[in-house]
Amino acid sequence: MDMKTTEHFGRSEARVPLSDLDLALIGAIQTGLPLVPRPYAVIAERLGITESNVIEHVEQLQSAGVIKRMGLVVRHRELGYGANAMVVWDVPDADVADLGRCLGRFEFVTLCYRRPRKGPDWPYNLFCMIHGQDREEVQGKVRQIVQCCGLENIPHSVLFSGRRFKQRGAHYRDAASREAQVTA
Amino acid sequence: MDHRAELTELERRLLDHYQRGLPVSATPYADMAKALAVTEGDVITALQHLQATGVISRVGPVFRTHAVGASTLAAMQVPSEQLEDIAAIVSSFSAVNHNYEREHRFNLWFVATAATDAELSDVLRKIEQLTNIKVMTLPMLEDYHIDLGFDLQWT
Repeated sequence: MDMKTTEHFGRSEARVPLSDLDLALIGAIQTGLPLVPRPYAVIAERLGITESNVIEHVEQLQSAGVIKRMGLVVRHRELGYGANAMVVWDVPDADVADLGRCLGRFEFVTLCYRRPRKGPDWPYNLFCMIHGQDREEVQGKVRQIVQCCGLENIPHSVLFSGRRFKQRGAHYRDAASREAQVTA
Repeated sequence: MDHRAELTELERRLLDHYQRGLPVSATPYADMAKALAVTEGDVITALQHLQATGVISRVGPVFRTHAVGASTLAAMQVPSEQLEDIAAIVSSFSAVNHNYEREHRFNLWFVATAATDAELSDVLRKIEQLTNIKVMTLPMLEDYHIDLGFDLQWT
């Protein structure tokens, strides 16, 4: 990366304005809810606000689209999906949105993003993740996508994952900034 | 390594029904228990077991990329004999959440997340300095997938 400038990681207009309370709440729930009968009461106590206030704010974050979903977050390998591949495609820029939506509709595709190309070393602009119980199953799913979305002449590459060095949820806020910010 | 056989029926039902739509109420686990006709204690025990065995990483929110902070996918070309050492350096940053080997010339892939672009750039710069290997950044530009959770095939 360019050492002198700060790169922009994504479209800034995609960012919803968040209050200090929102940020503190995100910090408190990003690693998961406590598995106790009143999980939001535990978080409320940590933040020094009421349980109903926490619930209200979680609902707001959901309806604003900041939270995509609330639920069990699965780890595919532990569920027996041993073959996990990032499949990358070099599609014409004019077609990337249409093709992205085509790929994103398959129930076995778990992520589908447009990303920037990076010169001759990395010409791919469309990425998706496919999970299968073995490699053959993943390859079969790739063939299915090629056929259904008309990608026969599109260069692509299948990057199977090998060793997993780290996997956990994203931590957007560090623990230190978590509690200090709430004054309400 | 196949853990599916070890899952109880309730654990499977929780995975089928609650990858999204977790009740946002004072008593979410009691609400789930009612819907599944079991006890709140059963639900909590099952979730604790799923978490302890690593089948789920957490019960909670999945944030829309870029809605909260800054994040990017990144890749490095690492000489294979150095891969474990370099991977350990990358993983040591708390900003890094996923870090995988992949079968490609770019053989180390990770996701880094921070509160701001500046903080994230700083982490990536430090990784380059500590490893002497260039980091290719591939931030998301557009999301075409509606995340409804993963459709599990039990048979």
